[in-house]
Amino acid sequence: MSALPVVVLGACLLVERPLSEPATSRTVGWSLGFGLLAALGVCVLMLVQGTAHFTVLLGEWISVPAFHFSLKLLFDWLSVPFLMLSLVLCGTIGRFAQRYMHREPGFHRFYVLFAIFTLGMTVTSLAGNSETLFTGWEMVGLSSALLVSFFQERMSPVRNGLRVWSVYRISDAALLIAAVALHGMRGHGDFDELFGVGPWPGSPPALTAMQALVVGLLLLTAAAGKSALIPFSGWLPRAMEGPTPSSAIFYGALSVHLGAFLLLRVSPLLTLSTTLCVIIVLWGLSTAGLAALAARTQSDIKSALSFASLTQVGLIVAEIGCGLRWIPLIHLIGHACLRTLQFVRAPTLLQDYRAMEDAIGRGLASANSSQSSILPVGLRRLFYRIAHERGYLDAMLNDRLVAPFLGLFRLFDRLERRWTDWLSGQASRESDQVKSHSELTEELL
Amino acid sequence: MFHFPWISAAIVVVLAGSAWASRQRRAETVCKGCILVSAVALFCSLMAWWEFSFNGNIQAETGGPLAQWRGSGVLEMDGLSAPLIPLAALLYLLTFTVTLRTKLRRFSFTWALISEAILLATFATSSVWPLVTLLVVGTIPPYLELRARHKLTRVYVLYMTAFAALLIVGCAMANTGHHNEPLSGWFLAPLMLAILIRGGVAPLHSWVADLFEHATFGTSLLFVAPMVGAYAAVRLLLPVAPDSVLQGIGIVSLGSAFYAAGMALIQKEARRFFCYLFLSHSSLVFLGLESSSLLGLTGGLCVWLSIGLALSGLGLTLRSLESRHGRLSLVRHQGLYDHTPALAICFLLTGLASVGFPCTFGFIGMEMLVDGAVHTYPYVGVIVVVVAALNGIAVIQTYFRLFTGCQYHSTVPLGMGIRERWAVLGLAVLIFAGGLFPQWSVASRYQAAESLLNARAAEFGSPAPVHAWFASPVLEAPLDRSRD
Repeated sequence: MSALPVVVLGACLLVERPLSEPATSRTVGWSLGFGLLAALGVCVLMLVQGTAHFTVLLGEWISVPAFHFSLKLLFDWLSVPFLMLSLVLCGTIGRFAQRYMHREPGFHRFYVLFAIFTLGMTVTSLAGNSETLFTGWEMVGLSSALLVSFFQERMSPVRNGLRVWSVYRISDAALLIAAVALHGMRGHGDFDELFGVGPWPGSPPALTAMQALVVGLLLLTAAAGKSALIPFSGWLPRAMEGPTPSSAIFYGALSVHLGAFLLLRVSPLLTLSTTLCVIIVLWGLSTAGLAALAARTQSDIKSALSFASLTQVGLIVAEIGCGLRWIPLIHLIGHACLRTLQFVRAPTLLQDYRAMEDAIGRGLASANSSQSSILPVGLRRLFYRIAHERGYLDAMLNDRLVAPFLGLFRLFDRLERRWTDWLSGQASRESDQVKSHSELTEELL
Repeated sequence: MFHFPWISAAIVVVLAGSAWASRQRRAETVCKGCILVSAVALFCSLMAWWEFSFNGNIQAETGGPLAQWRGSGVLEMDGLSAPLIPLAALLYLLTFTVTLRTKLRRFSFTWALISEAILLATFATSSVWPLVTLLVVGTIPPYLELRARHKLTRVYVLYMTAFAALLIVGCAMANTGHHNEPLSGWFLAPLMLAILIRGGVAPLHSWVADLFEHATFGTSLLFVAPMVGAYAAVRLLLPVAPDSVLQGIGIVSLGSAFYAAGMALIQKEARRFFCYLFLSHSSLVFLGLESSSLLGLTGGLCVWLSIGLALSGLGLTLRSLESRHGRLSLVRHQGLYDHTPALAICFLLTGLASVGFPCTFGFIGMEMLVDGAVHTYPYVGVIVVVVAALNGIAVIQTYFRLFTGCQYHSTVPLGMGIRERWAVLGLAVLIFAGGLFPQWSVASRYQAAESLLNARAAEFGSPAPVHAWFASPVLEAPLDRSRD
């Protein structure tokens, strides 16, 4: 059912005949409602029958002698709660957005991307093998990046959308390499085969500690990209350029937790390597520490909330690294619900403050922290600078990775130009004369 | 049993169409006529494919006027060429369909039809010397267009002359070897170089960027998008080259794919971006074709089809934008979304399909290619994933540069016409249908790959290399993406 709005709304967008606003939101609302009912039904059945794990094979997508690709859904006590969380929050935000986005020029586009996101979350939650998970993972990434750049007539959201997409592509690549590596080591990517058919979290796969470390690090990189763990955390505040409903659902609630979900899904593999577990704990705590610090220097509510969110995500990851399974899952669900509420209240924050001040008859007390005053001034300034610059992570990635990489290819481009100029005996590139802003449209027609 | 010579019919219709087009004066009439002619050619090629699928084996045309060469059948359809011929015809049909009035005077329909006839004949030929002849003749129409438009031709001429010379020498040398004996790398060097030049594999790719700079977008696209170089590799090199030579080409192709992906990221003009994006993908196809494993070869053939469709769609989208806007700079954001939303979606759709986004035509092919590459080159094979990631970033970056970032003001409507709308819809349907129901196309590519490898094994008189990868220590069991 989650695919229905993608098909309907996407087709309407393609033929430039969008549905009316009520019809659009109804299409999404009904599909979400139906999906939630189905998820509830599955949950009740699992409780009544005492089933903790079952799979549904939707069919063979590809089947040739050397290659099979099946669509398999896995229902267990990780996937079902996460699916229900996704559908409840998507339903809430879908309803909220109906009013929030009313008469926005991109109303229809918003709902198409929202529907792709919902489909991606559903597929990821229920994925029974690494390929199905990858399919949903990519859908979430694309819809996120395009929604960050939703206000596309401005430059800043577009730049930030590209940033988000770039980080997501690194994350996708890490996930795909991990899946291919698992295939090479075990011959399949089916979670049933890897972790057994017992109740979640399942039993460890037959891998050596070194193999588990390699695959685990790749999966951790994928999770880090998706959940904005360091060094990728710079994209999270940038993602707040999007409309508030998408910020709430993506970066406050669901998308930002997808990395933690991935780690929970593959958690039996993590237990095979102590080194890997230590790395996960340190990675999570470092992220939480930096995010907690950065949250205190943000000057807008959405950025502050995003770092607060990241703090909790870091803690959830650290909990997973400590070998806990149910506590991080409960932490994740509770945090997602709370943060969604905070995000959707964010636009009316000033009004809420005024209402409170009117009610008590005086201004609200300042929230200066008394603990920070025990630190030396120099140290406080240092922390402030680090927090204000968000750990200098963006600058580090730009200066150490992106700029040298692009610089190298610009050098190659110059060398190619010289080569073709030499062969041609004159300047060979017509594209150098292309104006950055063409004014030829009327002339052309 | 008599079979109607559909391929010959398609070629004859196209040639007759070109003769008719050369005598017409009104560009609008010529355009409509070309659409009709290419639609008939597409129908004929689809019928040939249908007949081939029905019969299930190689089908030589014996009744057509163009089908005989020294008394034997020349035009034929096998598992490899069966979908390529309709794909080529579809590409020409789409190109004619989305040619706007602004391009009518610049784009040579007559030469485009002649090129189509040559291309159809090329894909329907597997005999060595007729194929070599067609490959060489196929390089002439773009040169004539460059000459007619008083553009720089030197780079193109130098590279294509080298290609033709190396191809002829290479084929002569390759044919001097004894059957059942792999030829040495030195014997195959001219042929390899010729194929790498025509395929645009770095560092022998400069002519492709130069062609996109100087020729019309339509001509450049039609010349490179069908990937005739890959076809030459399969027909001429794969049957005679030992595994080591193929793997060497595979490594070069992998480097080329990475290089072109990086170059696509830094381009400042849309045509050059497209050129490098295409080169990156075509190098990936070469990688799959030269991996000499069943899985890699199947993946390469699948990606060939998917990017043939997806990147042709992307190229035509850019061409449509150029028709409205002139050459497209990527230095600053253009903000064209509000004027051409359907083209923006088409750009996104075709671009993402080319990088193997889930549920699009390219997804399964790319998955198979990644697996095949990793199993042939266990450590460097993961670069394919990095290449796909870089290409994905390049596609979205260019989407943002062209369609977002500012508001574009125009006093005239820039929306799509009816013909363009149908073309976009048709492309979207094909891309999603191929992505959601891939079994049929993948199975047909698998069979084609198996036939090619069996033929190669028979040539060398050794056990079929299709089984070689099963014995690889890296992989102990056939790949199963979901279960044993």
